[in-house]
Amino acid sequence: MSEITNTQTDEISVPFVKRFGPWIFLAIGLIVLPYIFSSNIAVYTMNLMGIFIIFALAYNMLLGQGGMLSFGHAVYFGLGGFMSVHFMNYVEAEVVVLPMFILPIFGGIIGLIFAFIIGSFSTRRAGTVFAMISLGVGELIAACSLIFVAFFGGEEGVTGDRTMGPEILGIDFAQDIEVYYLIAGWAFITIGLMYLFSRTPMGRMANAVRDNDERAEFIGYSQVRVRLVSFCASGFFAGIAGGLFAINFEIVTEENLNALTSGVVLLMTYIGGVGFFVGPIVGAVIFTLLQTLLSNYTEIWQLYVGLLFVLTVMYVPQGLTGLIAMHIPAYKMKRMSGLFVPYLRIGVPSAIMVAGMAGFLETVHHVRSAAVGETMMSLIGIEFDTHTVVPWIIVCGMSISGGFFAKSQVSQLREAWDTANAPQTSNEGASS
Amino acid sequence: MFELIFFSLLNGIVTGLLLFMLASGLTLIFSMMGVLNFAHASFYMLGAYFAYTISEYVGFWPGLIIAPVLVGVLGALIERYGLRYVHRWGHVAELIFTFGLAFLIEEVVSFIWGKETKAYQEPEILQFALFTFFGQDFPAYKAFMIFISIAICIALLLVLTRTRIGLIIQAAISHPNMTAMLGHNVPFVFMGVFGVGCALAGLAGVIAGPALTTFPGMAVVLGSIVFVIVVVGGLGSLGGAFVASLIIGLMQTFAISLDYSVSDILSVLNITPDSEGALRDLWTLSLPQVAPILPYLLLVLILIFRPTGLFGKRES
Repeated sequence: MSEITNTQTDEISVPFVKRFGPWIFLAIGLIVLPYIFSSNIAVYTMNLMGIFIIFALAYNMLLGQGGMLSFGHAVYFGLGGFMSVHFMNYVEAEVVVLPMFILPIFGGIIGLIFAFIIGSFSTRRAGTVFAMISLGVGELIAACSLIFVAFFGGEEGVTGDRTMGPEILGIDFAQDIEVYYLIAGWAFITIGLMYLFSRTPMGRMANAVRDNDERAEFIGYSQVRVRLVSFCASGFFAGIAGGLFAINFEIVTEENLNALTSGVVLLMTYIGGVGFFVGPIVGAVIFTLLQTLLSNYTEIWQLYVGLLFVLTVMYVPQGLTGLIAMHIPAYKMKRMSGLFVPYLRIGVPSAIMVAGMAGFLETVHHVRSAAVGETMMSLIGIEFDTHTVVPWIIVCGMSISGGFFAKSQVSQLREAWDTANAPQTSNEGASS
Repeated sequence: MFELIFFSLLNGIVTGLLLFMLASGLTLIFSMMGVLNFAHASFYMLGAYFAYTISEYVGFWPGLIIAPVLVGVLGALIERYGLRYVHRWGHVAELIFTFGLAFLIEEVVSFIWGKETKAYQEPEILQFALFTFFGQDFPAYKAFMIFISIAICIALLLVLTRTRIGLIIQAAISHPNMTAMLGHNVPFVFMGVFGVGCALAGLAGVIAGPALTTFPGMAVVLGSIVFVIVVVGGLGSLGGAFVASLIIGLMQTFAISLDYSVSDILSVLNITPDSEGALRDLWTLSLPQVAPILPYLLLVLILIFRPTGLFGKRES
């Protein structure tokens, strides 16, 4: 994690396009996306994606930028959701008059308040103690949510109706697509704010405290205060994400603040990569796709996600964005073409191996969970009988031969990698 | 009232000793590697499932021996090829690795054994009431659990303090480099202790499986409680873990059996709370209701006021 989030270049000399280009690109992308993917399921997926992007970025303010590993960050997400859904009901009951699109800010505020209360004691230390307190607080509040039914609604949760607010410009949020633009707008604003936060002196100090808290103290910064500010900001944005969740689903339950959600956000942030600002965005997109698409095809998608997560932690701790970023030196030296063939040579057998293993797991799962007497299963359109030997030979053969050939190609890939990065001696051994 | 206290005491001790079998391994592993193993309770679950499968074929008693050994070997392999590899990425990565492992093991268990509860039962020879006290039976299996747990505790204590292996382990914990200089294979010791810790968790699973039901969520149920114990007792302190295990075990059983609520206190003080406001749930709060949150409350309080835990000497 020693990779600094952004290598700062001289800001003033950066041309306009390079400075604002990504943001304009992001804005246009957010506007255009629903025209490209216009089906209901796509809009649903993108809504979820937007919420998780904000949540994961907020989480990475702690993990990646502040070096604080939290196992209970869903608390602020969930509390933000509950607060927003209560405000939604107040609007419906005409206790207060508010446009619906402003609701997530209340989620953010309660996230901020709770982050301040809890952070005031939990950020005194980093590392394991912080992780343990976050776990304890997370479990505590998740358990409390089942006891205090008035606020948390017990096991059923709290429901609301997002269409009951005053209409503005004819938008009443009855359609998912309207909610999409709401989420996209909030996502754009919060991504921008979080990016700016990471560039402020405060954000830089968070990095410094992460890397060496003692030295940061010697420069004259209180490490506790720096961590607390990061924590509060993170809680605020997590609360906003929770508020958007409430608007999107119109229901918030205990599950939104328990350990499972906390684990999910850690998982997607880490798979995306904690060392880069865009890492959590990539992670959230991939995780949501896995969750919504993969779960259509297989019942054991969580097993694949678990495997992916453990393998990421073991072999690619810099995450997927880190993996891509590793190629920047070679790309700048225009040596990517030299890596193409080696990647192909290792990629094809690896893909066969993965396909074989997935086929094996699917077949085993089918044999164990199918109704008695049902032996036919179909995999990628191929029908076969699980109680004959041939499919087993095929999947095992694919796994073993693919693995064998992939392993035999490792040395040539390493060679090609070393030649591609030859002058960058510091990058040696970084190949995975 | 007396019988209530008596049985709560016994049940609390059973739970506490069971928790200690998990916590002892976890705290030993922590003192060596500085890593809190999130997957520890998953090994406990694996123990129960292995024993269930073994008991299907050869009965309960062989499972009592074989399942913990299998879990221990698996744990040692995971230490050797997983954790030691991840170590190079730093502490946070190790913590996340064990977290991911816990997630993965749960998925693997529901993949292999299915999501439903397994009918893993205590052996028939132990299915009788050991004694009846005020008309309430005390099952022999619980006595058996107490017996096994105490035997393991004593054996662990003797091995750690009275044998040469125990001396080397203690040396490797406090001065790993010096121990390595003296010619001991410290990484091997670490692997062994990790394996034995996992085997202890597995054994706890074997004996707890029939009593607490065997299902894929059993690791989650106990996992965070074991953390609470290790932190409350003081990271790396075996004695602390023992005391904390008993405290938590007793606290949970007593909180469930004693049915007092806030309204009782209020009625003694002659206060009638309003039953409409947002805090209405607070006035009807009862002790059994708050039982699940008590350990976490204790954890948070301990971490705020005494971060080293009850008997611990170091913070992290």
